Amino acid sequence: MRSPGRFSAEAKGRHGRGGTWVLPLFLLSPALALLLGVVAYPICRAVWLSFHRFEILRPDLSQFVGLDHYRDLLTDPVLRIALANSGLWVAGVVCFQFLGGLIGALILNQRFPGRAAIRGLALIPWATPSVLVALMWTWMLDGNYGLVNDLLVKAKILSRFQPWLAQPWSALPGVILADVWQGVPFFAVMLLAALQAIPEDLFEAARIDGASPGRVLRHVTLPLLLPTILLTVMLRVIWTANYMDLIMIMTGGGPGYSSLTVPLYAYYTAYKRLDFGSGATIAIVQVLVLAAVMVFYLRQLRKNEVMVQ
Amino acid sequence: MRRLVAAGKLWIPLGAWLSFVLAPYGWMFITSIKPPTELYTKTVQYWPHHPAFEGYRLLMQTTPFLGYMRNSGVVALSTCAVALCAATAAAYCFSRIPFKGKGILLFGFLLTQLFPAVLLVLPLFLIMRSLGILNTPPALILAHSTFAVPFSTWLLTGFFNAIPRELDEAATIDGCTRLQAFRYVLLPLSAPGVAAAVTYIFIYSWNEFLYALTFTADLRARTLPVGLQTFMGEYIIRWDLLTAGGVITALPIVIFFMLVQRHLIAGLTAGAVKG
Repeated sequence: MRSPGRFSAEAKGRHGRGGTWVLPLFLLSPALALLLGVVAYPICRAVWLSFHRFEILRPDLSQFVGLDHYRDLLTDPVLRIALANSGLWVAGVVCFQFLGGLIGALILNQRFPGRAAIRGLALIPWATPSVLVALMWTWMLDGNYGLVNDLLVKAKILSRFQPWLAQPWSALPGVILADVWQGVPFFAVMLLAALQAIPEDLFEAARIDGASPGRVLRHVTLPLLLPTILLTVMLRVIWTANYMDLIMIMTGGGPGYSSLTVPLYAYYTAYKRLDFGSGATIAIVQVLVLAAVMVFYLRQLRKNEVMVQ
Repeated sequence: MRRLVAAGKLWIPLGAWLSFVLAPYGWMFITSIKPPTELYTKTVQYWPHHPAFEGYRLLMQTTPFLGYMRNSGVVALSTCAVALCAATAAAYCFSRIPFKGKGILLFGFLLTQLFPAVLLVLPLFLIMRSLGILNTPPALILAHSTFAVPFSTWLLTGFFNAIPRELDEAATIDGCTRLQAFRYVLLPLSAPGVAAAVTYIFIYSWNEFLYALTFTADLRARTLPVGLQTFMGEYIIRWDLLTAGGVITALPIVIFFMLVQRHLIAGLTAGAVKG
């Protein structure tokens, strides 16, 4: 932990009395203006919705129903399925994206001819619009014409084609695979940037002391990457939990409820059943769960004395 | 022999990793040059008998694809500028200036990320409509910047924190103003972080779907992801147009990153502060 020391005293001096908040306010104002202007009102509106029965055609007839939506959800069996699916979805996606990204970052950090071009190409999955990612993977996992089936049968791993996205046990893993593919470059780029910020002499010192590559990774690289890892993993957990484009296009939450996640459930409830109150409530339940995860994470951050000083 | 082993150690994992990352894109390309008659064949064909670039020609001549691309470019570049300025200023503040409530504010930034776009899109639509900026790029630039700012701020704060304070103190002692110290010391040293943030913002904006769909009903303001989606009819999927469009859509980002990645250079801070 670094003490603010002289630098802050100097700042106070230059800006006179009240300088402690004028400069921060000035620097933060663009970001705050955006966040308050564009996010705050919609959030308040959503919370309001969760306490009301909202009639889309006659908003003036909306009724205050208190905690009714929340009470209904407590006994909703579909929400329980969706929560379980969401857990599996987030855990599977983030684990494999992170591992794939870390491996990618370590490889792309080596020196080799054509590195610039390969680093660019490695971004392709992230650069492909979700609509196409979803369609390509649906096409590749297809039960009749799918590339994945053909390869697995040719490699004698499968005896016959499987309709991956049409059977309950494999639908969610299929979508997870597609999202893992799309998200690997995100971690690769972020970790690569963080790797670059580590002074080279630290690696050199470790090598001179006779540390094996595995030990360098475990005791030098990973600890120094930790701030970036904690931040990217936490945000990825949040984004993945809220991300539904792929699931919506690939399986629509089916077959049955086998790949229905919480945001998709909220979306269907609001926009298909036109029950905006319940839809908002489902989304808010998810926000609360995620907030708990985030608080836990920030505790870890503070324990490690990184990011927040 | 030893060199061979070393090369193998690099190229085998690299090859394996790249083939996972590139195979689906490769398959998209192959699909894009298959004539429609060769799409649904009994056995999977790995290379078309009669490769054709008809899809690309149709895409350019019969659809407003280039217009979508221009819109996406305008929105993504503007979003980069707006979000990066806001995030850099905020990150500098979080990293270098002590003030009350910093922890809570940083937490608040992240809190906004918890809310799914589905929940925000309807109220936002109403705001944009009352501002009269629906169907124009500013609507999307505003929405995208807002979403991109929190993560960018945190990312840059982390990079700024990693740079020893002694460096900007030294610069101010040498007579730099705060702004100069930031411009000539802090910013160049955190170039990898800035490059990563720019990449993130650009790609997010380039690919964002839900806001784009909701705020740009008008053909003239439509961005790529929404435009591509129109090739997916209710009954038929125009595989030729979609895959050709997909192949092209990824290219600007690849080129963009090939240019940006030079800034991900190592060892700038090494040895800047002695013991």
